[in-house]
Amino acid sequence: MNYNVNEHGYYGDFGGAFIPEMLYPNVEELRQNYLQITSEESFQKEFHDLLKAYVGRPTPLYYAKRFSEKYSTKIYLKREDLCHTGAHKVNNTIGQILLAKRLGKHRIIAETGAGQHGVATATVCALMGLECIVYMGEVDIKRQAPNVARMKMLGATVVPAMSGSKTLKDATNEAIRDWINNPEDTHYIIGSVVGPHPYPDMVARFQSVISEEVQKQLMQLEYRNAPDYVVACVGGGSNAAGIYYHYLDDPKVGIIAVEAAGKGIDSGESAATSALGKIGIIHGSKTLLMQTGDGQITEPYSISAGLDYPGVGPMHAHLFASGRGEFISITDTDAMEAGLELCRLEGIIPAIETSHALAIFKERKFKPDDVIVINLSGRGDKDLNTYIDYFNL
Amino acid sequence: MLRQIAQTGAGFRYYALVPSIPNAPITNMNRIQQKLQEDKKILSIYFTAGYPNLIDTVSILQALQESGVDMIEIGLPFSDPLADGPTIQESSTHALRQGMTTKLLFKQLKDIRKTIHIPLILMGYFNPVLQYGVEKFCAKCQEIGIDGLILPDLPLAEYQLHYKETFEKYSLLNTFLITPQTSEARIRQIDNATNGFIYMVSSASTTGVKSGIDTSQEKYFKRIANMNLKNPQIVGFGISNRATFEVATSHAKGAIIGSAFIKMLTQEGIAGINPFINNILTQS
Repeated sequence: MNYNVNEHGYYGDFGGAFIPEMLYPNVEELRQNYLQITSEESFQKEFHDLLKAYVGRPTPLYYAKRFSEKYSTKIYLKREDLCHTGAHKVNNTIGQILLAKRLGKHRIIAETGAGQHGVATATVCALMGLECIVYMGEVDIKRQAPNVARMKMLGATVVPAMSGSKTLKDATNEAIRDWINNPEDTHYIIGSVVGPHPYPDMVARFQSVISEEVQKQLMQLEYRNAPDYVVACVGGGSNAAGIYYHYLDDPKVGIIAVEAAGKGIDSGESAATSALGKIGIIHGSKTLLMQTGDGQITEPYSISAGLDYPGVGPMHAHLFASGRGEFISITDTDAMEAGLELCRLEGIIPAIETSHALAIFKERKFKPDDVIVINLSGRGDKDLNTYIDYFNL
Repeated sequence: MLRQIAQTGAGFRYYALVPSIPNAPITNMNRIQQKLQEDKKILSIYFTAGYPNLIDTVSILQALQESGVDMIEIGLPFSDPLADGPTIQESSTHALRQGMTTKLLFKQLKDIRKTIHIPLILMGYFNPVLQYGVEKFCAKCQEIGIDGLILPDLPLAEYQLHYKETFEKYSLLNTFLITPQTSEARIRQIDNATNGFIYMVSSASTTGVKSGIDTSQEKYFKRIANMNLKNPQIVGFGISNRATFEVATSHAKGAIIGSAFIKMLTQEGIAGINPFINNILTQS
């Protein structure tokens, strides 16, 4: 079976481009051009030069000795938290801004939940001197004040999304509406492997630099280019797509996706899409999403603002439905404790999103000689207030 | 004209309306096609089912028909209406909060053909239809007497590949949108894919955001009119009153009013329907 996108923009039964006609010209322009532009030598050179000199790639693949000893297995951490702006998100925004420039766009829009993608977009817009408008739910603006300030310092305009539940899904709706109203000069930088084709594939390709590096680094560290397992947290799923990418079709590599169970899968306050979702359409993509029996999209919950998306990228829906991926959900409590544990064992403060991936060892046992690579997708600075409140620090 | 096409052993006679347009694939002309044949400009009104009150659906339909509207689009509310501006978003959120669902709407419309004879179209987003079950949804529409569907996020290619047969099996006309940015080749594809009308979005925008029609939009209307398409065009987005209705229909078969109608409902309720429509239809 093939786990990559097909020529029609589908991963198995998932994907496609369910968009109103108003978006068709822009999405079609992207679809027709993204593969050609991104494979050009000049594009690749500019992309990789920036990833190296500006983002700080390659990021280290670090053997977490004390963490490994605790759980009697071999755990490597892919240090995306050391990227400029503090998370993997910038890999994608660098790629998309270079593409937008080549398409002649000079106005950039983006959605953001926790603010990480918004900051990464504002950063590359400042770098390229392009206008930047970031849509962010009114509720998220209040709970992520430091990232709002960062975006403003970088010259972006932050527009509150006031519709619906005023969080990530509504910010995405507002960004799409902006694109409908500005069809000529604007590029929409989606932050995850979601949205209409070609976005899931395009974003996955930009993030695939992560697993490309892991292959080389693991060869030096373990004399093999593939681990036994790759592990990542999944909201929309861009950091996961990045660390799975070069291993998707290698059946020897186990793929583990970690979703946010929130207060528990059956609590009514959860974001575990694979457990609670059904196939449907969200933001132009046919995928698994949390919805009512009537087909209304419901509001997810997680302590981590980066994981509370009601859907999941179509690649991940296919990994789940086909059984290729093992899906585990982790509660707020277990994630917070795993985050603190990594601080104490390895001296690394992880983002709460990432802490979900770190928490699997309590319930999922591995063999002592298993080689496990976890994507440490972001650093925890943005989450200090949540950690402080939670642990009464 | 009516022509007898079959006679059963029990003596029941079946009649079909034979359309006067050549090469029409559907022999039993549906209400939309009949309406489009009339020598007049079409006024179509969109409203969100379940707004302002959950139980208003039938009363609004009756008031619209009585005031002389030609066609009605009943909006099936959705939690995430991507192509809609604030007015329709708010009416949808409100309707959902009050408990509107696809099932309830079908229940409200159960006997609608006892009183309403003008064409009825259901307009909404694809996900609620998918969850109801596409075939079950279409069958229910036919049973009630719905004539067509407008699902802006069900794209042409998906429709043709997976749903065209089902829609046609239940005699539902599917309507596609075009915008000022739609290429000529694609407009021709869309024209070939439908047998009702083309929904001509007046400008690059979400609903109810821009008001009025400017000269660049008129140029676009003329450009489309000159393409001699098989299907007539009905203009939507930005039509709010008599003046914009006149400009739009000077180059097209008809026009649709949505957000402006919902704003009126918010302020004046059902009692405001007759004066609102009169204002648009009465010659100045």
